[in-house]
Amino acid sequence: MDFSGIFTYLYTEIALVGVTVAALLYDLIAGKQGRRYFHGFLCTLMLLFIAGTVIPYHKETVEVFGGMYVYSPVGSIVKSILAIGTLIVFLQSESWLRREDTEFKRGEFYVLTLSTLLGMDFMISSGHFMMFFIGLELASVPMACLVAFDKYRHNSAEAGAKYILSALFASGLMLYGISFFYGTAGTLYFDDIVPGIDGSALQIMAFVFFFTGLGFKISLVPFHLWTADTYEGAPTTVTSYLSVVSKAAAAFTLMVILVKVFGPMAEYWQTLLYIVIVLSITIANLFAIRQKNLKRFLAFSSISQAGYIMLAVISGTPYGMTSLVFYVLVYMAANLAAFGVISAVEQNSDGKTGMDDYNGLYKTNPKLAVIMTLALFSLAGIPPFAGFFSKFFIFAAAFEQGFHVLVFIALINTVISLYYYLLVVKAMFINKNDTPVATFRSDWSTRLSLLLCLAGIIVLGLASCIFDGINLYAFGM
Amino acid sequence: MVHMEYYLIVSTIMMFVGIYGFLTRRNLLAMLISVELILNSVDINFVVFNRFLFPGQLEGFFFALFAIGISAAETAVAIAIIINIYRNMRNIQVKNLDKMKW
Repeated sequence: MDFSGIFTYLYTEIALVGVTVAALLYDLIAGKQGRRYFHGFLCTLMLLFIAGTVIPYHKETVEVFGGMYVYSPVGSIVKSILAIGTLIVFLQSESWLRREDTEFKRGEFYVLTLSTLLGMDFMISSGHFMMFFIGLELASVPMACLVAFDKYRHNSAEAGAKYILSALFASGLMLYGISFFYGTAGTLYFDDIVPGIDGSALQIMAFVFFFTGLGFKISLVPFHLWTADTYEGAPTTVTSYLSVVSKAAAAFTLMVILVKVFGPMAEYWQTLLYIVIVLSITIANLFAIRQKNLKRFLAFSSISQAGYIMLAVISGTPYGMTSLVFYVLVYMAANLAAFGVISAVEQNSDGKTGMDDYNGLYKTNPKLAVIMTLALFSLAGIPPFAGFFSKFFIFAAAFEQGFHVLVFIALINTVISLYYYLLVVKAMFINKNDTPVATFRSDWSTRLSLLLCLAGIIVLGLASCIFDGINLYAFGM
Repeated sequence: MVHMEYYLIVSTIMMFVGIYGFLTRRNLLAMLISVELILNSVDINFVVFNRFLFPGQLEGFFFALFAIGISAAETAVAIAIIINIYRNMRNIQVKNLDKMKW
C-alpha cells in the first residue's frame, strides 16, 4: 500500500492531532503556574494551525488510503471555517473556564473539543461509510462529555444524558440503514456504491434510516427533540460550539453524501428533504416565539437555520455547495456573536439567561446590546449584514432548481423569524427593568472574539471576494 | 445450511425490540441496554450480508468490528454520565430528568 499521500493530503488532520497532543502534554507538564498561560498558549497554537491550513494546498480531488479518505479543496475550506469557529469558541470559553469549579478541568475541555473537531474533519473527508461513521462518532462521543461538563450542575448532567442517549439511538438507526445499503449494493465506498443505488423499496427504507443519523446531528425537525434541552443545559460555550461547528460539519457531509452517493435516487431524497425543510423551518419558528430562556430560544432559531441550510442541500449543484459553505460561515459569525454575548452576561451576572433578564441591557451594557442586535439582524437576514446575502444565495440556489413553492414558504418563515428576533431586541432596548444586569467589562479574549464576529457579520456580506473564493473551489465537490 | 433470511429475521426482531424498549423503558440503564440491542442487530446484519452475499471480501466483517468497538466507547461515556446523574439525584429514573422542558 502506498502511504505517501498521508502527509501531502492529510495535513489538516495531522496538524490537528499535533495541536491536541500539545494541549494534552501542556496540561500534564505545566503546574499551577503554567496553567495560567494555558489559554494564551492554546489560542496561539490554534492561530498557527489556522494560518497553516486556511488555504487549500491542492486544487484537485484526491483519494488516499484506497478511497477511504478523500481530499477535496472545498472540504478543506470547510475544515478551516470549522477551525476558525473553534478558535472563537476557545476565546469565549476563557471567562467560564477561569471559574474555580472548572479551572482544573481546563485541559480536558480543550482536548475534548479538539477531538470532536478532528472527528468532524475526518467525517468531511470520508470516502467510505465506515470512515464516515467513525468520524461522526468521534465527533459526538466527546461532545456528550462536553455537554455534561459541569458535572455538579443538575441541568448539565440532564442535558448530557439526553444527548448521549439520543445520539446512540440515532447512530444505531443510521447503522441499520447503512447495513442494508451494504446488502443491496455490495460495497460501502462512496465511488463504487453508486452503480448499486437503484432506488428500490429496500434502499428507500434504508435511506430513511440513514438520514436519521445526520438529521440528528443537524437537528432537523423530526429528530430535533434533544436540541432545546441539550442547548439549555450544556455550558454556554459548549452550546455555541454545538450549534455552529458540529452542525456545519454535518450539513456539509450530508450534502456531499447525498450528491455523490445517492445521486441516482435524487427524486426520493428530494421529496424527503422537502418535507423535512418545511417542517424544520415552520415548527422551529413557531416554538421559538414562545421561549423565555435565551439559550432555548437560540436552539429553536438554530433548528430553523438548519432548515435553511438544507435548501442548499436540496439544490444539489456546485452553486448550492458554495452557498452552503458561505451560509455556514456567515451563520457562524452571527451565532457565535449571540452566544458570546449570552456567555459574557451569564458569567458576569451569576448565571442569568432568561429573556426578562435582558430587559434594559442597553442602558447598562450598550456595546453588548448592540453586538447582540447586529447578530440577530444577521440571523434574520436584514440587508446590510451578511445574513441577508447568505440567505439570498441559498434561496437562489434552490430556486434555480425549480423549488419555487419551497423558497416561498422559506421566505414567509423569514418574516416570522424577524418577529421573534426583534422580541429580544425590544427587550434590550425598550423594556424597562428595575434591576438590569450590572455594568461590567469582560476580559480581553471575550472582547476579541466578539470583535472578530462583529467584523464577520459586517464584512463577509460586503466583500464579494469571499463568496467568489469559495466558488473557485466548489466545482468538483 | 441455515438460510440468510432466518438471520435477518432475528436481527430485525432485535432491532425493533430495541426501539420498543428505548421508547418504553423508564430507567436510563434499561434504555441503554435497548440501544445496545439495536447496535448488535446491525452487527448481525453486516456479518450475514458479508458471509452470504459477498463472501469474497471482508468489508462487512470490518464494519461490524468497528461498530462493536465504537459502541463500546459510546456505552462507556453513557454509563459515566448515568453514574453522574445517580450521584446528583440518587436514582436513574427518566421521570427525574424533567427540569428542562418546552
